[in-house]
Amino acid sequence: MNTPQPAEEGRPIGRRVLLGTLGLGALGVVTAPTLQRGLEAFLGSAADKDPTGLTGLLPNGGGFRYYSVTSSVPHRTAATYRLTVDGLVDRPRTYTLADLRALPQTRLVKDVQCVTGWRVPGTPFEGVRLSRLLDAAGVRANGRAVRFTCFDGAYSESLTLGQARRPDVLVALRMQDRDLGHSHGGPARLYVAPMYFYKSAKWLSGITVTDEVEPGYWEDRGYDVDAWVGRSNGRDDDPTS
Amino acid sequence: MTLRAEAPAAVRLRRFTRAERWIHRTTAALMGVCVVTAACLYLPQLAELVGRRELVVRIHEWAGIALPVPVLAGLASRAFRADLGRLNRFGPHDKRWLRAALRRDKRPASRPAGKFNAGQKLYAAWIAGATLVMLGTGVLMWFTHLTPLMWRTSATFVHDWLALTVGIVLAGHIGMALADPEARHGLRTGTVSGEWAQREHPLWRP
Repeated sequence: MNTPQPAEEGRPIGRRVLLGTLGLGALGVVTAPTLQRGLEAFLGSAADKDPTGLTGLLPNGGGFRYYSVTSSVPHRTAATYRLTVDGLVDRPRTYTLADLRALPQTRLVKDVQCVTGWRVPGTPFEGVRLSRLLDAAGVRANGRAVRFTCFDGAYSESLTLGQARRPDVLVALRMQDRDLGHSHGGPARLYVAPMYFYKSAKWLSGITVTDEVEPGYWEDRGYDVDAWVGRSNGRDDDPTS
Repeated sequence: MTLRAEAPAAVRLRRFTRAERWIHRTTAALMGVCVVTAACLYLPQLAELVGRRELVVRIHEWAGIALPVPVLAGLASRAFRADLGRLNRFGPHDKRWLRAALRRDKRPASRPAGKFNAGQKLYAAWIAGATLVMLGTGVLMWFTHLTPLMWRTSATFVHDWLALTVGIVLAGHIGMALADPEARHGLRTGTVSGEWAQREHPLWRP
């Protein structure tokens, strides 16, 4: 019988494949901005025609992603939900969901931009302007910031008083023209239109006026406190508001 | 194509040393942790179920950093280094194997292979490169204040898409292992049957 030629010799193609993969990865990082724009445009239009929703699972496939910092979040209904406004105010108050719904509602349609990169275009949010709740409570002269707490028991956020009084900052009760579902932070969440979406705390349960900004959950972990879209966290996204 | 006539079918052939089996096991476990935690961060339904984002991110990062460690530590093993050499080198029979694979020709006679077939060689080289790219882009995303943030967005983009690709390729790797009990036996115990070796790896000289 023939002796087969030694099987373990030959050209070092394995090494070339490895280095080629590394090179492609580096090229991917360099060309990512261009590739990403093209893919987002393509997947965005594909998602419009996709009845299965599978495109939403692809990277940059459009749509929201669910982030929670706790293992489970209690559910609050119209009957059990409460929002307290307290701290450096003259008239602390607790609102029920019905109280909030009875106040004048503002509807804003803007892009949502997450600091991790995903962006959802033209998303309607509807709710009560935060400035209205602050005015009703009567902020004292030494109040300079607002701290937000959430009934998930862990998340917190904060804004300066000036930021909190902007007309594009809401306590949102509705999103995409539906009542806010639990996974989107319902029944009520903060909506800070001009900032990265981590500022828009879900499951909002407390608004406390303070004398200085207390960094919130992600800010304690390195995110910027003044989280303007396109001008913070080292990102250059187009502004959302 | 010549088959070795002398290999008795009942003989057990030593395919992997204990060190090599442990390299594979620990790498597979770390990769598994990376994949499962990635799914919990990325798929909305799982993210909703698991939550604890901070913790899941930490586990994912450390499993990712540790992923190359078993292979690097394994370089101390002579048998492992020899197998890396075999995985690296492609001979003329590997070209024939790849052509047969492209034609979906499954007859063992058209798929000559040494200790590793050409598909295994390609997989090993690609997954090693892809792991390093995942590690590099992952580190850029982790230490956000080290590099301009333009880089982080780009790194996230590559990390996301390559993760999807790695997931599909890994599923193929596991699927092929599930279809070949004797190959799994080889990685579990270190030995394979002579009959299997003759059929699947006729050019292998143990």
